[in-house]
Amino acid sequence: MDVYRHIALSVAIWLPIAFGVLILLGGRRYPRLVRPLSAVGAGGTFLVTVPLWGLFRAGSYAMQFRESAPWIPAFHINYALGVDGISMPLVLLTSMIGVIVVIAAGPAVKERVAEYFAAFLIMEGLMIGVFSALDAMLFYVFWEAMLIPMFLIIGIWGGPNRVYATIKFFLYTFLGSVLMLVALLYLYYRAGESFRIAAYYHLPLGLTPQILIFLAFLIAFAVKIPMWPVHTWLPDAHVEAPTGGSVVLAAIMLKMGAYGFVRFSLPIVPMASHELSGLMITLSLIAVVYIGLVALMQDDMKKLIAYSSIAHMGFVTLGIFLFRRIAMDGALVQMISHGFVSAALFLCVGVLYDRLHSRAIHDYGGVANRMPIFAAFMMLFAMANAGLPGTSGFVGEFLVILGAFKVDVWYAVLAATTLISGAAYTLWMYKRVIFGPVTKPAVAGLSDVTGRELSFLAILGAAVLILGVWPAPLLHVMSASVHHLLWRPGVRLAGATP
Amino acid sequence: MHIRPVLPEIIVFTMACVILLADLFWKRRFKGLMYAATQGTLAAAAVAAYAARNETPRVILHGMMAADYLSVILQIAIFAMTAIVLAYSRTYMTERGVFRSEYFALALTGVAGMCVMVSAAHFLSLYLGLELMSLSLYALIAMQRDSVPATEAAMKYFILGALSSGLLLYGLSMLYGATGSLEIGKVAAALAALPRQDLVATLGLVFVLSGLAFKLGVVPFHMWVPDVYEGAPTGVTLYVSAAPKIAAFALFLRLLVEGLHGLSGAWQEMLVLLSFLSMAIGNVVAIAQVNIKRMLAYSAIAHMGFLLLGLLSARVSGYADALFYALVYALMTLGAFGVIILLSRKGFEAERLDDLRGLYNRSPWYAWVMLLFMFSMAGIPPTIGFYAKLAVIQAAVSAGFYGLAVAAVLFSVIGAFYYLRAVKLMFFDAPVDAMPLRPGRDLRWVLSLNGLAMVLATPWVGALIGICRAAVRGFP
Repeated sequence: MDVYRHIALSVAIWLPIAFGVLILLGGRRYPRLVRPLSAVGAGGTFLVTVPLWGLFRAGSYAMQFRESAPWIPAFHINYALGVDGISMPLVLLTSMIGVIVVIAAGPAVKERVAEYFAAFLIMEGLMIGVFSALDAMLFYVFWEAMLIPMFLIIGIWGGPNRVYATIKFFLYTFLGSVLMLVALLYLYYRAGESFRIAAYYHLPLGLTPQILIFLAFLIAFAVKIPMWPVHTWLPDAHVEAPTGGSVVLAAIMLKMGAYGFVRFSLPIVPMASHELSGLMITLSLIAVVYIGLVALMQDDMKKLIAYSSIAHMGFVTLGIFLFRRIAMDGALVQMISHGFVSAALFLCVGVLYDRLHSRAIHDYGGVANRMPIFAAFMMLFAMANAGLPGTSGFVGEFLVILGAFKVDVWYAVLAATTLISGAAYTLWMYKRVIFGPVTKPAVAGLSDVTGRELSFLAILGAAVLILGVWPAPLLHVMSASVHHLLWRPGVRLAGATP
Repeated sequence: MHIRPVLPEIIVFTMACVILLADLFWKRRFKGLMYAATQGTLAAAAVAAYAARNETPRVILHGMMAADYLSVILQIAIFAMTAIVLAYSRTYMTERGVFRSEYFALALTGVAGMCVMVSAAHFLSLYLGLELMSLSLYALIAMQRDSVPATEAAMKYFILGALSSGLLLYGLSMLYGATGSLEIGKVAAALAALPRQDLVATLGLVFVLSGLAFKLGVVPFHMWVPDVYEGAPTGVTLYVSAAPKIAAFALFLRLLVEGLHGLSGAWQEMLVLLSFLSMAIGNVVAIAQVNIKRMLAYSAIAHMGFLLLGLLSARVSGYADALFYALVYALMTLGAFGVIILLSRKGFEAERLDDLRGLYNRSPWYAWVMLLFMFSMAGIPPTIGFYAKLAVIQAAVSAGFYGLAVAAVLFSVIGAFYYLRAVKLMFFDAPVDAMPLRPGRDLRWVLSLNGLAMVLATPWVGALIGICRAAVRGFP
């Protein structure tokens, strides 16, 4: 076990990347090996990450499973990895979604199969790297490197308008992150030439530099989350991306922005975070209320779920910047929950799209008559998206709303409108797609889910229910890290210690 | 006499003459032998340079040449780049009937000139090396006599090059007037004794910097770059785009940093302007190009702007960063032009961006290789281009140029667009040209290695920067 502690994260990062490169190189010559190899790569990574949960010492906020080696000594850049209670669940989420994406890439992927799996495996490794990097520059390298596979995934396997969408996606996110690079370089010199993220936590920075750094980080993270008003790339990217791309985008990449706030903005520039929390809360509430209304008007199912993702991520940022213990817990649970729910909904749309090659709501109707099992699963995920008690979607939203009550009743009232709008857009879509008589001839010919589809829907369904009914283990794992985040010695983000 | 440090120059120059003479006697035979002899010369010169790596830094040959680690590193880089150029252009130049001894001889004299440039310790030897390189370049560009664009490009380059050499000489003469010496070390010492804002010396600096900026191709002295890149045969563009940039960069180090360090405040301000304008104009204008060689020319201008970020920090670590950037850039640009050569064939010049269309369907491997070059030029990790950008931007931040650093990263976003467009053409579009690619063996292997180096160098970035740091150790 001791060896495991010292190599687990590296293996989780490099195993999928190695399999990805292998598939890229050999996939053309041996096309029949592509799927088994990717299954082994993704499954192996998942198995490597599972013991993280068991071996994690939940009472400690310290980084665990640490590794460190000098990488670029000239700039004091280290290959330093480690996870705490906040990042460990995200690593697990990533490896789990990795498996699901590999299962979900069914016969619909016909072109350039090897490259498809390779891109996803490489991206999985990079995403785990983002969540476990303890060195700011290593973090940045993983963060940026992810753009390359995603650019190709949307551009090669996407829909008709894919080129526009993928270039927009790339330039938006690249623009966001380069300013973060300058901020990191500034911190590097302030911290006496160190890229250790933890070294930035104790810097005595004045308010003006704090605010500038906060804004530089904000642009990087807000684009990734995405927050209103820099969200416009997301619907385009989602609509054009293949199902697997949408799943990874919604389930994991969006979480990176929120993770960035928790790992960088809050601890490094606490004064600026406080100073600008009003702005952040306003932007979050606009996302929750306004984007919720926008989602209502969509006819494209993927676009609808994309907008609902923005609204749900608004809850995450709201929870983070309320600076209340309960709201922070809620935001972090919401991150994991949204990972399951949005992935499941995009997969549901993928299941329908594979059959009818349409994402338009008006092309469907009465699907329940032909696909009862599918309808049942989609019902579960729709309910979770709407925040029904008993599903994971409820826990996060409820905790955030509770936290908002403690700060300002109006925040809570505005945030709670999501319970109405979320239910409205999700269930209205569900009603129009699934219920009613079968009026379209194409729908009449639908067949119910295959075993493959059933397997990933069942895994995600179980996850949604377990997290919804019993979130305590997750809260327990995060507890010490969240406490340390809010009440670090010397910096009290959330007022007096409880 | 201390011959050992100048042994590489002697080897290269002697072999250039030998190859030229041998061709007179054995007309049109042993063409493969000439190629092998040239590559062998470069290898031998690299070994000779490497053997001199441990010499104590000093000035030799009556103050003419500097023997230090910097010139060793730069010379080896120049030999390696030229060897790659010859390997890439072999099929291309053969098909166009110019893979002849003149080509090898001119390439070698150019290399000799660059070697003198990078280790010059005296205004005269520096100028001699510069002219030797420039004249070889003019002749190389005009080698295809019957090609109108090539002749035009050579003419433009020659006239503008002569003008810039004149500016440089004028500046050097003023410095001589101000300090009374032509030796770089003595000039530096004399400048230190002058009052801070000596008018003659500052005016001399302006002219010297203009001349140098021209050779490096930075705005506003960049007009020749796109025309020469476009007009020259691609095999020669390859040559012009890599090693001469390294040599020109060495002139900045030798003249500005070693010689005119006393005026560093003045040249810092000028370099800020040059760097900003180059990044802005290079990146923005590149977007409008449809000719891929012109696009890469503007990209070169932008990259030279980034390179200056390292220099203008006026810190030793910044010079190392700029040196690292120059070497990385040379490798990237060689690869990108290598892919253009790959796409060309007898009677067909791949010049338009559209010629990249559907490369992924025609040859997935080379599409991936080009993708690595493009993302490396755009500065996206994990490619080596990112670490180079990180190094120079870090240098600018370390010297307190925050605004310029922000401008640099924003321009790199603008620049990312046209590199992405190239990737889009290769990967997302269907091919218009179904001719299979038949790269020669040299091109195939070296290009693949060059491409893989873009990512596989990642774990050794630290060591490479360490070498660059060692090369500029002892600079003021």
